[in-house]
Parts: sequence; C-alpha cells; structure tokens
Amino acid sequence: MEGIGLIHYLTLSAVVFCIGVFGMLTRRNAIGVLMSIELMFNAVNITLVAFARYVTPATITGQVVAIFTIAVAAAEATVALAIVLLIYQHHRGIDVDRINFMKW
Amino acid sequence: MLSYAWLIPVFPLCAMAVIMLLTHRNRVVSAALSITAVSIAFLYAWAIAFTVWGNPEVQRFSFDWLNLGPSMHIPIGIQIDGLTAMMLIVVTTVALMVQIYSLGYMHGDPRFSRYYAFLSLFTMAMLTLVLADNFFLMFVAWELVGLASYLLIGFWFEKQSASDAGKKAFITTRLGDLGFIIGLLMIYTGCGTLTFGGVFDAVKTGVLGGAFLTTAAIFLFGGAIGKSAQVPLHVWLPDAMEGPTPVWAVIHAATMVVAGVYLVARSLTIFMGAETAAMTVAWIGIITSLMAASIGLVQNDIKRVLAFSTVSQLGYMIMALGLGGFTAGTFHLMTHAFFKSLLFLGAGSVIHAVHTNDIREMGGLHAKMKTTSITFLIAAFAIAGIFPLSGFWSKDEIVASTLGHPVFTVLTLLVAFMTAFYMFRLYFLTFTGTPRDKHKFEHAHESPKVMTYPLIFLAVLSVVSGWIGLPWLHHGFSSVVYHHEPHHAEFHYGLAAISLLVGLSGIGLAYLMYYKRRIDPDRIATSMSGLYNTLLNKYYFDEAYEVLVIKPYYVMCQGWFWFDQHIIDGLVNGAGAFGVLWGRFQRWADETFVDGAVNGIGWLTRGFGATIRYLQTGSLQNYAFIVFAALVILWILR
Amino acid sequence: MSGLLSWMIFLPLIGAIVALFMPKDNHRLIRGVAFVATLLPLILTVVLLAQYDPSTAEFQFVEKAAWIPGLNVNYHLGADGIAVPMLALTTLLSFLAALVSFNITKRVKEYFAFFLLLETGMLGVFASLDFFLFYVFWEVMLVPMYFLIGIWGGPRKEYAAIKFFLYTLFGSIFMLVAVLALYFTSTPHSLSIIEHIQRAPQMTRGFQLFAFVFFFIAFAIKIPTLPFHTWLPDAHVEAPTAVSVLLAGVLLKMGTYGLLRISFPMFPEATRFFAWPMAILGVAGIIYGAMVCMAQTDLKKLVAYSSVSHMGYCLVGMAAVGSVAGISGCMFQMVSHGLITGALFTLVGVIYDRAHTREINAFGGMWIKVPVYSGIMILFVLGSLGLPGLSGFVSEFMVFLGAFPYFKITVAIGVVGVLLTAAYFLRMIQKMFLGPVAGHTAELTEINFREIVAVTPLAILMIALGIYPALLSNLIQPTIENLVRLIGAGA
Repeated sequence: MEGIGLIHYLTLSAVVFCIGVFGMLTRRNAIGVLMSIELMFNAVNITLVAFARYVTPATITGQVVAIFTIAVAAAEATVALAIVLLIYQHHRGIDVDRINFMKW
Repeated sequence: MLSYAWLIPVFPLCAMAVIMLLTHRNRVVSAALSITAVSIAFLYAWAIAFTVWGNPEVQRFSFDWLNLGPSMHIPIGIQIDGLTAMMLIVVTTVALMVQIYSLGYMHGDPRFSRYYAFLSLFTMAMLTLVLADNFFLMFVAWELVGLASYLLIGFWFEKQSASDAGKKAFITTRLGDLGFIIGLLMIYTGCGTLTFGGVFDAVKTGVLGGAFLTTAAIFLFGGAIGKSAQVPLHVWLPDAMEGPTPVWAVIHAATMVVAGVYLVARSLTIFMGAETAAMTVAWIGIITSLMAASIGLVQNDIKRVLAFSTVSQLGYMIMALGLGGFTAGTFHLMTHAFFKSLLFLGAGSVIHAVHTNDIREMGGLHAKMKTTSITFLIAAFAIAGIFPLSGFWSKDEIVASTLGHPVFTVLTLLVAFMTAFYMFRLYFLTFTGTPRDKHKFEHAHESPKVMTYPLIFLAVLSVVSGWIGLPWLHHGFSSVVYHHEPHHAEFHYGLAAISLLVGLSGIGLAYLMYYKRRIDPDRIATSMSGLYNTLLNKYYFDEAYEVLVIKPYYVMCQGWFWFDQHIIDGLVNGAGAFGVLWGRFQRWADETFVDGAVNGIGWLTRGFGATIRYLQTGSLQNYAFIVFAALVILWILR
Repeated sequence: MSGLLSWMIFLPLIGAIVALFMPKDNHRLIRGVAFVATLLPLILTVVLLAQYDPSTAEFQFVEKAAWIPGLNVNYHLGADGIAVPMLALTTLLSFLAALVSFNITKRVKEYFAFFLLLETGMLGVFASLDFFLFYVFWEVMLVPMYFLIGIWGGPRKEYAAIKFFLYTLFGSIFMLVAVLALYFTSTPHSLSIIEHIQRAPQMTRGFQLFAFVFFFIAFAIKIPTLPFHTWLPDAHVEAPTAVSVLLAGVLLKMGTYGLLRISFPMFPEATRFFAWPMAILGVAGIIYGAMVCMAQTDLKKLVAYSSVSHMGYCLVGMAAVGSVAGISGCMFQMVSHGLITGALFTLVGVIYDRAHTREINAFGGMWIKVPVYSGIMILFVLGSLGLPGLSGFVSEFMVFLGAFPYFKITVAIGVVGVLLTAAYFLRMIQKMFLGPVAGHTAELTEINFREIVAVTPLAILMIALGIYPALLSNLIQPTIENLVRLIGAGA
C-alpha cells in the first residue's frame, strides 16, 4: 500500500456520511439535524472531488459540481434556518419530535 | 182539396211560432191567433169529413223524407179516410171549444200567451198524429203531443206537484213509447216499410206473421198503454190534473189520451193478424176499465173522479178494439171525447166558481150555476149510457162487441153499472142537496158566457153525436169510419135493453145513497174499510212504483256513479298512481345502485387513503428513516 | 280555389302566429284576430260545401305533395262524405267557441294562440289521408288542449289536464304501433291511408284483428266508450266553456271518425268480427252513462256524462256494419251531438259566469227569472233527449233502425236509454227551471246578445236536420254506401 489512494477518500466520505445520517435520524434539535445534513453534503463533496481526481484527472467536472453543491447547500441552509427560526417563534421550541403538524 | 190537408196542422204550428217569437207580450193577439188557427182547422176538418165519409177509398199524399236505400227508406205523408176525418173533427172541435173556454178560465194568468202557444203546439201535433200515413210520422207527432202535455201539465210550474206531475206524465208515457219504438223497429225489419198501407199488406200477405208479428204487436201496444193510460202505466193520468183544467179537458180526456186507442184502431189489421196480441189488448183494456171504475167509486176530488172515469172509458175502447170491435172502439172514442170534455169543462166551471176540488165542500150548486149543472147532467146521462144520448149508442156497440166472450160481457156491464153510479154520485154531491160549505157556496157564481157557450155546444154534441150510429141508418157508424171490419156488430135490441137497465140501476143506487140518503155511504165504507182504503189509495200503485221502481233506480244510479268514480276511475287513477310509485321506485333504485357504485368507488378510495395516511407521521426523522431503511432493503435485495 | 283544404287548416295557425305578435294588453285586437282567423275557415267551409260533389264517394279537393320522400311520407289531404260534415262542424263550432271565449280576461293572447292552434290540429285530423300527417295533427291537437285546460281551467285543472293528456297519449301509442305495423308490412313501405285501404283484401285475418284492436284502443279512448271514459267528466268540468264545447263537439268525434276512416275500410274482416262487441259496448255506454247522469249534482258533469251516453249511440250505429242506415245514423249522431252538446256547454257556461256555481240544487225557478235563457236551454235539452223534430231524434232513430236487424235484443235494451235520458234531463229541468225562484237564481241575469248569437246557428241546424235530414244524408250517402261495400258485411 503506498500513500493515500482513492479508497481512503471514499472510506472517509462513507464514515462522514454515516455520521451525518446517524445525526439526522437521532438529533432532536433541528439545528443539529441541519448540521448533520451539512455533514452528508460534505461527504458527497469528498466523493465527487475524489472521483474527479482519480478517475478523470484530465477534467475538473467533479470539482465544479462540488463547488455547485456547496453553493446550493449554503442556499439550502439559509432557507432551512429561516424556517427553523419561524418554527421557533411559532412553537417556542425546535424539538423535531414535537414539530409534527404536517402529519396526516 | 184533400191534397192540401197537410195544411191543417200547419195553421196551429204557425200560430205557435208567431206567438212564441213575436206576440208573446200581447195576450189578446196571441189568443186571437191561436183561436183563428184552430177555427180554420176546424172548418177544414168538416169540409174533409163531408168529402170522404161514405167513401171507402183511402187518399194518400206522401213524399220521400229520407231515403238511404233499403236499410232506411221513410216516406212521410198524410192519409185521409173516414177514421182520420172523424179524428180531425173530434180534435178540432174539442180544441176549439177549449181554446174559447180558456179565454175565460185563464183570464189574468201572467203566462196567458205562452198557454195559447202550448195549446197550438198540442193541436198541431195531435192533428199531425191523426193525419199521418205511416207509423214514423205518427210516432213523431206522438212524442210531440207528449211534449205539449208535459209543458201544459207543468204549466203552473211554481207548484212542486205540477212539475212533478208533468215529469211523471212524460216519463211514464215514454216508458210505453219504448214499446212503440221497438214495435216499429220490428215491423220495419220484418217488412221494410212503415207506411200503414205497406205494413197492412205485409200482414195480409203473410210476410209478417207468427210469433214475430205477435211480439211486434204487443210492443206496439206498449205505446198505447202509456199514452192511453192503461194498466200498469195509468198512474200519470190522475196526477195530470195539476195542469189548468181546460188543458186537462182537451188533452187528458178527449184527444191525446185517445191517441193510444187511435193507434190500436189504426193498426187493427196487425192485431187481428196476431190473436194473442189482440187478446192481450182486450184483457188489459177490461182490467184497466174495471180497476179505474172501482177507484172512481170512492174518490172525493171532482177532477180525480173524472180522471179515473177517463181511464175506465179508455179501457173500454181498448177492450172493444182488442175484441175486434173497430166500429165500437172508434165510435165510443168520438162520443166520449164530446161528453168527457164537457164533463171536464163543467168541472172546471165549478172549480172556477168555488175554488176547491173537493166534492165534500160543495153541494147545492145547481141553484147558483144552472147552465153548468144542466150541461153536466146531460154529459152524466151520456156517459151512463141513457137513451137516446150519444153514450147509449156507442156503449151499446161496445157491449155488442163482447158477444161471444161472456166474461167480457159481464165485466163490461159491471163497469157500466159502476160508471153510472160514480158519475151520479158526483152529480148529486156537487149540484144537489144542501151546501156543505156555506162560505164557498155564497161566493159561487155562474161562469162567464165565454165559458158556458162551449159547454152548451158540447152538450148538444153529447146528445146528437151518437145518432150517426142509429140502427136504421145503413151500417150505422161503420159506414163513416169504413174499415174491413172483422167483426161488425149489428144493433142488438136485447143487449141495448140490458145495458140501459144496468145504467139506470147505477143511477138509481146513487140516487138512493146520495140524493135521498136512504142508504148511508159512510156505513158501507166503514163496514168494508179494507176494500175502501185500497180503492181510496188507488190500489197503492203509486206507492208500489215508488218503492219498487223509482227508489231502487235512484239507488242503482248512485251505485253506478260510485262504481264509476271509485272502480273505473279508481283503476285509471290507480294506473297513474302506479306510474308514480314505479317512478319513485326507479329513483330509489337509481340512487341506491347506480349512484351507489359511483359513490362506492370514491368511498373505497377515501377509506384506503384514510387507513394508510397514518404512515404520514409528520416527523421528518421518520421519513428520513424510511428512506434510508428502504435504501438499505433495496441494497440487500439487490 | 286550389289548396282549399290547406287554407282551411292553416289559416287558424297563421292567425295564432299573428295573435302572438299583437300587444299583450290589447284584448280587443287579439279577439279581432281570433274572430277573423276562425271566421275565414268558416267561409271557406261554405265554399267547400258548395263545391263538394255529393254524388260520388271519391276523395275531393285532394292535395298531394312529397314531404319526406325517404320514408315515403306525403302531404296528402282530401275530403269525402265522412270528412266534409266533420270539417264543417269543426269550423262552425270553433267560430262559435271563439265568440264564447270573448269573456276570457286572463292571458288572452296565449289563450287565443292555443285556441287557434287547436283548430288547426282538429281540421288537419279530419282532412289527412296520410298516416304520418294524421298522427302529427292528432298529437298537435293535444298540446294546446293540455294548456287550455291546465291554465284556464277550474279548481282541479292540473289533474284534469294531465289525465286528459296522458290518457290520450296512451291510446296514441297503440295507434302508432299499428301504423308502424302497417308501414312495415306493406311493399313498398307506404303510409297512405288510401293505399292501405286498397290492400285490405291481402291482409291476413290475424293481422287485421291485431291492427283493429290497437286502433280501436286509441279511438275508443277518444270517443270515449265505456270503460275508457273517465277522463271525460274531469276534463269537461275543469275546462273553460269554449274548450268544453270543442272537446265535446269535435274531439270526441275524432274517435268515431277514425274508426270510419281507418279501421272499418282497412280491416273489414276484423270489423265484422268485432261488430257485436262494439254494439254491446255502445249499449252499455248508453245505459250506464244515462244512469250515472241521474246521480249527478253538477250540471256540467251531467252534460259530460250525457256525452258518454250519446256517443254510445254512435257506436251502436256503426256496429251495424252492413247497414247504410246504421252508419249514417252514427254520422248523424256525431253531427247532432256536436251541435247539441256544444250548445249545452255554452249554456252551462252562461250561468256559471253569472252565479259561479253549477250545482243543480243551487238553482230553482229559472224559467221565471230568465225565461229566454230557460227557453233556449230547454229546447236543447229536448234535442238531446231525442224529441222528434230535432236532430237528436233522427240520429237515434236511424241508429236503432239500422242496428236492429243485426242485434235485436241488444238494440231493444239500448232503446231503454231513450227513457233514462228523459228521466235525468227532466229531473234537471224540474230542479233548475221549474218551481219557485230559489238559491242562486236570484243572481242570474238574462242571456246576452253575444251568447244568443253563439247558440242560434246551432239551434237552427238542430231543427233543420231534425225536420229535413236529407240535408246531411245526401252529402254522406255515397260515401257510406261505399264504406258498407268495402266492409262487405252483406257477403
């Protein structure tokens, strides 16, 4: 084994993604959930960049998409935080177990 | 001149039309018109009589009234022979006398003009009846006299009893007319014509005969039963006195009621061709005669006595005809017309004077009303058959016609006895003795001349009209009303003596009971109260009709109306209601099944949705978990 | 004048359309239109009678044009001795009924429009020689009748109108089935009445019986014969006066007319087969109608039921299929009943207008209070009960004389109807006209000039036909003889 290869990046990415998934499913705080989602985004970014670097070194398609993803994630986080803020004002709390007014 | 004889009924017809349409406001002109018309008819009738009497030829004048080929060919026209001429004289004479008499009697009546119009209508119809040369025209006139009778009986229609009587007369006679119609239909079916000549030829040649002819003749006689008030349809005649008295004299004593007799006389050939029918006629005649005479014995209403006397005398004529006594029947018809109308007009004169019909409130009127009394007495003698008055001769012919039928002879004489008795009972109670109602007696007065002159004229006729039948004239009356006489009775001296004796004994009994008062009539009445009450109540015929016919008929009509409304219409409405119900059922089915299917699909979808919506927890983390779990499962199942 | 029949039929329709364009509140103008639109056909009727050649049984004034060639439907009109009296009766009664309706004040425009449309329908039925046309007119007539009863009628008008409409329609369906059967059994498919009469000998017995029965149901409802008559009293009682006049005077005749025009010549074998049942039905109608009349308390209903009784005579007369007298008697009765009953309904309307009741017991002594009215009414009642000298007697006598050789006992029973008729009419006369003045009689005023004008022609015709029936019999005789020949009952 010599140096750090594609497999390491992918492994890292998988670990980060799993942490994100775990956090998203278990955190009760909405902010925590959002943060976990960010983790998942970033895990995906790592994958994109890694694949771009190792599979098609001639182009930078993966990097471009990763940048694009970061921009989208920023926008998404803005909207999500605004929603969370409104929910907080409305419900005096951001515990996602209690925010179930969309059920049936 | 004979060919214009159809003008005779036209004069009164014109008079009627003019009065109805133009002059009904002017009573003098109306009466003058009517009397003029009947006077012309009267003169014309005499002229015709002198032309045709003694001449056996029958003159006929006719034209095609309706010709539809063999199924219906009806010529109508007039026929003039001795019988017609005699009838013309009887009708016009009595009508003229009555119209003159009515000037006094109806004086001051508010519907004076209408009265004369109706009288003219009647005269027209009656003259047409006797002139007709066929059964059809005769039937037409027959119905029209019925109408005139209806209108005149109910002339004072404000009175319930008058309008009842008119209705009763019309319907009762029409019941008889049903027989007449059916008889006509049978005759036409049998021989294809309704002219007298044609029908009689058919009978003589045997085209018509046997049971068919007998049935037809009996039906035909039904008309006579109704019109001439024979048993059992005699009930209308006594009630008909509700009309003005002169009307009663002209219609219900002298002319219209003898239409039935005339019918039988005219169609005697038919009856002679059907033995059973002729005997039926004779029996009905004698039964009527006997029954009516017995009722007449006890009645206290002067008009009612005369009414039953009329019924009885009509029965006489009918019986004589049934036994083939053509001359007897028609002869008595004529003499009876004169003396009976005289009796009626005399009674009218009495009623006019004392304002009551009840003979128990009269008495002694001879002192006050000499003319009336004497003429009445003459008529009474005539009807009792006393020599040499007209009734003697004609009654004798009738008795003679019963020779060979001893039962009839005895009964005829019995009727003659009763007739003489009740007529003189009436005379004695009315005109002789002491006045029983002083007040009414005081106010009594002789009637005006316009009323008494007709009485005198008729009294003369009552005496002399029988002399046509004098035995020493060649063939007597039968040469006047020449007919192929099946049974011509020569004058019979022995019979004449017997019947005269019978008449005199009747008068004698009345004299003893009601003039001399040797026998107390009340005691006889109480000792035979059952019989007396039966007679007084006219054998309960009216009551029987009421209970057996009229009431059940009304009930039946109501029943049919109920049936119509509830059963037939009920079915119709039921069909409608069924339609509505079926519609409702359809709607229900539609709503339940068709709509049900559509709604059911919706309902199912909705129910399914409602069940699985619980998956929708609203918790983000659940959703995310499901997503990832699904991913994992898919990955495992790969 | 060519197209005489078309003009007669469609002039009222033109009048109806013109009336619709008139200002709504100008009643005088609308009445004027109705007057003219009914008078003109009447004048044309006079022309028709003058030009009609009574010596032949052929159809005259024939108009024929292709209408729907694909179905072989023709616009085919014509008149013979059966149709001409009916056309004349219709135009006369329509004109008089229009006069009678001048006292209508409710929705005058619609009233006369419907009225004129009705006249078109009635005339069309009597002149059509094509089944399609016949059926169209037959149904066209129903619609205005429905509205005339339903809008201008009495208290139970909706019930009566619906009953009339549905009942007649029910009958029409049977007729339609029979017409279709005729159409599809003929080669080439034809709807011409004349052609079907000509092919009558080729029809099988079974087919004739079937078609006869189906047509008979339609016509029997219209006549109406027992037991299909119960729409009649309701319709008559609720209908306004003029409509009653037309209903009794013309519409009822369509049933008998249809039998004479269609059923008899087209199905001779069935006609002979059903002659006896028809006679029985007729006699039953006569007696039954007369007895039900006896139980009536409403004058109009009495007259209505008397129609049931009188139309029975028609049926008896025509049941004498081999007799010119019988069928002529039926025609006479149709005309005579139209005249007499038309007048009676008019006269009933006269007292209803004044006293607002028709109860027989509510009156008494009218002869004292209103002598002219009473005289006229009694004259027509006498006509209705068959007094000689008036037309009713002639028709009854012809019917009896014609039918007696065929159905002796049945006719003899029918003769009793003459007595029963007298009984109920005399009872009515006694209660209403005789006796002292009582009840609503005090409110009555004498019959007015317009009303007298409306009944006078009827009285004149009634007397004229009663005295000299050859006036009518000459007109119809060749046609009836031809009809009898077609039925061939002699054979």
